[in-house]
Amino acid sequence: MKRRDFIQQASATTALISLGGIGLHSFSNKPSAKQITILHTNDVHSHIDPFGPDDGKYPNMGGVARRASLIESIRRENPNTLLLDAGDIFQGTPYFNYYGGELEFKLMSMLKYDAATLGNHDFDAGIDGLYAQLPHAKFDFICSNYDFSNTIMDTHTKPYKVFTVDGIKIGIFGLGIKLKGLVDSDNYKETTYLDPIETAQEMTRILKTENACDLIICLSHLGYHYKKEPNKLCDLKVASLTKDIDLIIGGHTHTFLPKPTVVKNSEEKSMLVNQVGWHGINLGRIDFYFDSDKNKSANGTSIIV
Amino acid sequence: MRFTFLIYLLYISLFTNCKQPEYHLTKIEGKQIGVTDSLKAISEIDSFIQPYRAHLKKDMDSVLAYSVGTYSRDDGEFNTAIGNFMVDAVHEQANPIFKRRTGHDIDMVLFTYGTVRTIISKGDITIRTVYELMPFENNIVVVALKQPQIDSMLQYLCKTKKANPFSKLKLTIDKNYDLVNATISGKPIDNNKTYYVATHDYLYNGGDNMTFFQPNDSLYKLNYKVRNALIDYLKKADTINPVMDDRYIQIPRK
Repeated sequence: MKRRDFIQQASATTALISLGGIGLHSFSNKPSAKQITILHTNDVHSHIDPFGPDDGKYPNMGGVARRASLIESIRRENPNTLLLDAGDIFQGTPYFNYYGGELEFKLMSMLKYDAATLGNHDFDAGIDGLYAQLPHAKFDFICSNYDFSNTIMDTHTKPYKVFTVDGIKIGIFGLGIKLKGLVDSDNYKETTYLDPIETAQEMTRILKTENACDLIICLSHLGYHYKKEPNKLCDLKVASLTKDIDLIIGGHTHTFLPKPTVVKNSEEKSMLVNQVGWHGINLGRIDFYFDSDKNKSANGTSIIV
Repeated sequence: MRFTFLIYLLYISLFTNCKQPEYHLTKIEGKQIGVTDSLKAISEIDSFIQPYRAHLKKDMDSVLAYSVGTYSRDDGEFNTAIGNFMVDAVHEQANPIFKRRTGHDIDMVLFTYGTVRTIISKGDITIRTVYELMPFENNIVVVALKQPQIDSMLQYLCKTKKANPFSKLKLTIDKNYDLVNATISGKPIDNNKTYYVATHDYLYNGGDNMTFFQPNDSLYKLNYKVRNALIDYLKKADTINPVMDDRYIQIPRK
């Protein structure tokens, strides 16, 4: 009985689809536009409550409950929105010392984060401490250049993920910073660090060529730029040494930028690097507009920052 | 069965033939939005945080001691009141434990500029202040060091040009940041002696690029958190009034 029901259902759907197919063909000549909104944070460092009125630097700024209302209003305006974090979710207030990151992950899940990458401080309670909090995170951890195969985190992170939002394929991968010398080796254990540039090249190939993504985003905890250490790898270098990345969302250096930075990639194409300070003081917002009108797309992509 | 298979085939062919319009990226807009108090907090989120916040507040707001002034790690070029306070307090708390276990004294304590995470403000010092000063869960360790690690340590301190806090060590450097004189516990450094240097496990494991702690003669883990040592010290102290002193100076003085 059940199988028959299924067959009947299936044929009915097929009929609908074939009609729909014709419909789509006739529609395909009519140009239409789509908008994808990317919201992002970095280095929130357990700052759950807003800064108090007497704070010397950021009085009355930040706070998860306020960030939630900002995100909610943007999602109402455009439901085709992804919310991302570039790492260092943990460490900085007693909430982390007391609850080990549980509250941070629970709140990010309530805010419906779609993905995050890991920062060095996310290892501060040890890789076991991080693992213990994973049940509280209803979003994916995307790490492309950490090999966790000999650790408890094995299979609990993804090297990349493709989100399909309003028919637009968005590929996301994640780059973490070298942990040696920065994190106690007892805390990251046998996590292996892979070369970020080689990893980025491999990830963009997979996302662009194999998955035909319309948009590629790199979540990075490498740091924006190191003035005093010009040879140190950073987001600006990843941006200029690779191709096919549309946006790098950075963290680690707690960089406040007056506006997102436009960088020319290895093919001289313009792309964006952004970072929004730390402690949840700001929310980054990048809007990508797509059009099926050939005349519009012939003019290339305009970047307004 | 075959019929089902056919339907699947039909599905697949229909989907692949069905051409979607091709979308091209035409415009990108980027900006940053401040999370300010003009945004209304979502009460559902806030009430979820409330029990955690209340539990924390009860613990965090208890007063430990009074601070006579406001102290920052940037108050001095080579040593600071806040840094001196931290390492001196750790020496006082950790030395009796180490002595009881090993029969030796801690010869010196060494932290880094980066270990001092925030300021101490004039007024009441609460548990929260100490958590902000030392948010990390680092434990105190004592490392037995001899030549040439002691030399490497002194080189590190001279060349980093930072107010890295230390206790019981005295350093004098010249205008080129070269070592002029060094004493530990008031005595010139003896090249044959083993020195017991207290630090925390992050630095011991090479944090802040301190590469001189390993290899070593031996390592003693005190299982005593830096934060707890500071809290225990402050519980005993009614008032703190730390000062910048002559433990690390450059000659001629500027």
